Amino acid sequence: MSTTEQDAVPFLLRGPGKPFPPPEYVEMRGREGLARAVLPSGAPVWLVTRHEDVRMVLTDRRISSDPTHEGFPRPLKTGGVPSAKEVPGWFVSLDPPEHDRFRKALIPEFTVRRIRELRPAIQDVVDRSIDAMLAKGTDADLVEDFALSVPSLVISMLLGVPPVDRDFFEAKTKVLVTITSTDEERDRASEHLLRYINRLITLRTKRPGDDLLSRLIANGVFSLEELSGVAMLLLIAGHETTANNIALGAVTLLQNPEWIGDDRAVEELLRLHSVADIVALRVAVEDVEVGGQLIQAGEGIVPLMASANHDEKQFACPAHFDPSRSARAHVAFGYGVHQCLGQNLVRVEMELAYRTLFERVPTLRLAVPVEELPFKYDGVLYGLHALPVTW
Amino acid sequence: MAARIEIEGDRCIGAAQCVLSADKLFDQDEDGFVVVLNGEPDGEDLEDARTAAMICPSQSITVVED
Ligand code: HEM
Ligand code: SF4
Repeated sequence: MSTTEQDAVPFLLRGPGKPFPPPEYVEMRGREGLARAVLPSGAPVWLVTRHEDVRMVLTDRRISSDPTHEGFPRPLKTGGVPSAKEVPGWFVSLDPPEHDRFRKALIPEFTVRRIRELRPAIQDVVDRSIDAMLAKGTDADLVEDFALSVPSLVISMLLGVPPVDRDFFEAKTKVLVTITSTDEERDRASEHLLRYINRLITLRTKRPGDDLLSRLIANGVFSLEELSGVAMLLLIAGHETTANNIALGAVTLLQNPEWIGDDRAVEELLRLHSVADIVALRVAVEDVEVGGQLIQAGEGIVPLMASANHDEKQFACPAHFDPSRSARAHVAFGYGVHQCLGQNLVRVEMELAYRTLFERVPTLRLAVPVEELPFKYDGVLYGLHALPVTW
Repeated sequence: MAARIEIEGDRCIGAAQCVLSADKLFDQDEDGFVVVLNGEPDGEDLEDARTAAMICPSQSITVVED
């Protein structure tokens, strides 16, 4: 069965007051073939909803991550995912074998052992964020005062960014990831960030520290241009993704307090919230059949992570928060060669964030009913604009 | 029935999903690539090896059972 243009669904199925993942995904998983959507630009794109099909799309060599290919999906009218031609070092947009050089050079910085060594420093970041939050009184916005600052401080630390510059970072990355930002605002923000990172690279070339950038400079594997692209990617890929997970997870834990203190919650929260639903954009470079649907070379593909992670064939009662289930096969971090480089860092950040938050603020509760929370249905990533809490 | 872990090491992307699912069977070397600590798992370890093979993002791990 082929899908006609008449059946096309809107690309963004989220909306104010609607649950996430969008309920439409259930029907889309059940139907034969794939769903067809139309991007805001008018270009058609294939939506992939089943766990098995999503994993296939993310591992098939006939499917590319390179935005310079004709037909690559651009969810925004212009702009969208930069290519490695536009931003050298932006390796999430490179296919193997070009991708390998970047990934290989960065893996040593993100091994389980290395991240374990960072635990005390991450704990310190978490503690200081909570100190600052508690110093403000008896209520706070957990997004602004905790969820955004923890990953921002951690990435800054990793890269060797002086802490005084973190507000600047937060503000600029926020502009980049908000769907309502104009292209002009987005361009300006990335320009500012890029300029800052280039200054940092110059600094670390002269005065190396014990940080990722200094080591990559010393390795000499990357050109200076590539280095700044890599640093930008780490910064952007790891900031709001982590923040949104921390915030949404805090709400889920407050609603299911019996799981507070159980580290198994982290993996299940990643699956349940799947904030990076529409992040892994792809294009077919050869004809390829996915889920019974022929995709032609040059057609755009969007594997929906939240749908795969709520596929009832893979996870029973997918909407139910159950940390005792085996959630490991989730694709919240993607799958295939681009699977999230920062995933083990995130796991530790989330574990320490929740453990410390609920230990130090045992009376923490929402300041407004859940239904009134401003969920981020208008961003590329799902999350919360704000999370008013009190204690 | 013996089971054996086979690795296609050049595909590994160092995500360490294997280490997280079975740290008795897998480790990462200095460069972050997979190292097999025990290539002939049984019992619960075999279960963990199967999980690692299923979730490895680069499909580098095969559990051969014969
Ligand atoms: C909960 C938080 C996070 C989520 C949900 C997440 C999700 C993802 C996803 C879905 C991809 C795959 C994209 C694709 O296939 O096109 C990815 C890739 C990536 N992520 Fe994350 N991420 C998170 C945190 C981080 C952090 C903290 C860092 C860095 C410090 C990071 C760095 C990267 C990089 C560099 C890539 C590209 C890897 C490659 O192309 O080989 N991420 N992430
Ligand atoms: S899970 Fe797969 S890709 Fe990741 S380290 Fe282990 S073998 Fe390598």
